[in-house]
Amino acid sequence: MKPLFLAATLAAALFTLPTLSVAATPEKPECVAPAKPGGGFDLTCRIIQTGMLEAKTLEAPMQVTFMPGGIGAVAYNLFNTTRTDDPNAVVAFSSGSLLNIATGKYGEWTEKDARWIATAGTDYGAVIVKADSPYKDLKGLMDALKADPSSVIVGAGGSVGSQDWMKAALLIKAVDADPKKMRYVAFDGGGESIAALLGGNIGVYTGDLAEMAAHLEAGTMRVLAVMHSDRLPAPFDKIPTAKEQGYDVQWAIIRGYYMGKKASDEAYNAWVELFKKSFESDAFNKVVKDKGLFELKLTGKEMEDYVMQDVAKLRTLATDMGLIEVKK
Amino acid sequence: MDVILSGLGQGFAVALQPFNLFLVLAGCFLGTLIGALPGIGPINGVAILLPIAYSLGFPPESALILLAGIYYGAEYGGRISSILLNVPGDAGAVMTTLDGSPMAKRGEAGRALSLSGVASFVGGSISIILMTLFAPMLAAFAVKFSPADYVALMVFAFLSLAALVGKSAVKTLLAAVIGLMIASIGVDANTGVMRFTLGSPDLMAGIDFLVIVIGLFGMAELLHLVESYARGTLKTLPVDKTFVSWADLFAVKWVMLRSSLLGFIVGVLPGTGASVASAVSYGTEKRLAGESGKSFGTGDIRGLAAPESANNASAGGAMVPMLTLGIPGSGTTAILLGALLLFNITPGPLLFEQKPEIAWGLIASMYIGNIALLIINLPLVGLFARLLTIPQQYLTPLITVLAFIGVYSVVGNPFDLYMVIGLGVLGWILRKLEFSLAPVILGVVLGNLFEDNLRRALSMSGGDWSILFQSVNSWALYGLAFAVVALPLVMRYFKRKRQASAV
Repeated sequence: MKPLFLAATLAAALFTLPTLSVAATPEKPECVAPAKPGGGFDLTCRIIQTGMLEAKTLEAPMQVTFMPGGIGAVAYNLFNTTRTDDPNAVVAFSSGSLLNIATGKYGEWTEKDARWIATAGTDYGAVIVKADSPYKDLKGLMDALKADPSSVIVGAGGSVGSQDWMKAALLIKAVDADPKKMRYVAFDGGGESIAALLGGNIGVYTGDLAEMAAHLEAGTMRVLAVMHSDRLPAPFDKIPTAKEQGYDVQWAIIRGYYMGKKASDEAYNAWVELFKKSFESDAFNKVVKDKGLFELKLTGKEMEDYVMQDVAKLRTLATDMGLIEVKK
Repeated sequence: MDVILSGLGQGFAVALQPFNLFLVLAGCFLGTLIGALPGIGPINGVAILLPIAYSLGFPPESALILLAGIYYGAEYGGRISSILLNVPGDAGAVMTTLDGSPMAKRGEAGRALSLSGVASFVGGSISIILMTLFAPMLAAFAVKFSPADYVALMVFAFLSLAALVGKSAVKTLLAAVIGLMIASIGVDANTGVMRFTLGSPDLMAGIDFLVIVIGLFGMAELLHLVESYARGTLKTLPVDKTFVSWADLFAVKWVMLRSSLLGFIVGVLPGTGASVASAVSYGTEKRLAGESGKSFGTGDIRGLAAPESANNASAGGAMVPMLTLGIPGSGTTAILLGALLLFNITPGPLLFEQKPEIAWGLIASMYIGNIALLIINLPLVGLFARLLTIPQQYLTPLITVLAFIGVYSVVGNPFDLYMVIGLGVLGWILRKLEFSLAPVILGVVLGNLFEDNLRRALSMSGGDWSILFQSVNSWALYGLAFAVVALPLVMRYFKRKRQASAV
């Protein structure tokens, strides 16, 4: 039965060869958001759902499905087992997923167990205080942290060892203090953290830049620094980088998509092409921007290289911070 | 005041446009159905319909009006399966089963449905009015509420829960402990350490609340039914044409008022929503009822009115931080916020100034929606009550299948379906042993909130426990908690003294 099926597939592939670029586009495109509805992964999937529709690069309507569990671990596991060769589905991931891979939270699976397709865009870490905070610039905050790492209460939307914690820990590291001495409060997401900041329950929020757009204009909070090498476009152009204030602390939160390890080259390339075409469309880029992401266009090989390097970097960092026990 | 009136005027001009009016009604109706189906609650209803509303190309205010209609429609609808089937339609309707289901079992489904419909209306209306008048002030209060204050709120909630004591205090406590144990499964929110996951990625995020509710209630109810079918003790309920009377409403007027206020305040606080609101108000009312509170849990109309007023009031309360600060007060408002972003509207402090037609249009649509829901729901009472005339051996399996589809469509992981079955067996055994299941659910909800906030408070203070007793809010809540426990005792003491002196 099987050889016959293979032969049939081959034959079909041969016949369709001349029109490969059309025929290879996923027939039943699906984006899996490995979380409950409403979060960042949902948003990541919506970007290609609406973006590719408006850019007219994808004709079949894309379905968005949810697969919550283990901050992406359930989906990663499933796309390494039952759906590892699914040609139609992509799964959303973020830097947080890469950090989880680096720290071994996805169990036996590593960064080599998926085919990384493309990015959706990126966001950058931001150091945020309330408008009436005594810290007027990053230096003021860093001096206080240097004098006594436990003098400032830092809060954010993730647990110890998460991306949000990493941002805070990197700040502390930049003044050669011990991240373990930091007073860090883990909230359930950015909304609760902002509430705690506005209510004066925490002093500093290590959040993401894009979510600040709404609050910048209202003047209730101040962004002391953006954790990126260069300044970002308006409305964020007035915010200094950490680097220009003398602290080289960078943190990008990339968002993107992967598919199962055993997906065929044909299916993988079709998706890569689809992204390449979409990236050229203004309509698609507008959707990315509207959803609060900054442009970052990586596809195919470039994307895979980025992920490999990033996970390696995160692994070193996490070991440094004592998040991974070194096996002797 | 002028600002509010002119804003409302502008809002009604938007909400009363025929198309928007149609969307309010459609949203409310759909929401009622979504809420009534066990498994699909307001969060998932709104999440599923959001992309549809977007792709239909509605203007933002219309889409938001539709989604908000679904939100509070679902809060109304959640009570229906609670009362009729003893299976909560959504998380906020768990407490509604306690008195709603016994009423239906003794042939008063119509009365229970209509009474809870009115209670929902009262809760919804009070919260919308409070929101219109005091939103900015309340928002300022909500953000000031610190993790230590949440701890105090949870202490208050736990002590109200102690009022739930059914036949045996020990069993209620044990049930709550089972809930707390379930709550501790999964990645620890504070340190990221795995707890009780047995290395399975399916357990990393903990057991979904929906899975627990459907398992412990829905599945356990089915097993109970199978058992009574096998024994031949299954009764067909008579067609009931009961309806709420003015006397009923008069009897619960203060209950509804108090519960609405309580529910609204709990709703305003980010992180606590309908399930906490209904639990706290139920417990408080039972305590306040004193001796006569013994009938709570056996089909007391007060025990039905309290949670239904509270959970609808909390839905309105959750809108306050969303509209004024851009901070979601509940899971559902988080998705509504996402909807705003989708339409390229930045929610937050400036929403009322920059897009008044959206902010006020939404508020006006809530007034209309609330009235519409009452009008939609009351005539349907007879129809819904008639559902019970379907022989139970057909009805309950059907509902269970729907619940399974609901769980799978939302979570999409077959593991959760096994979990539902496992929890169903647990629920059935607990029922056999005469445990009440509501404390289990509350243990799960309150346990998570209590632990997260306690640890937040302690990480803020660097491990110093005195942080729990530093704010006025905390002290006020501890005071309330004490009062809830002490009042019935004091009242009993005076009553006995009076009786003694009368002799």
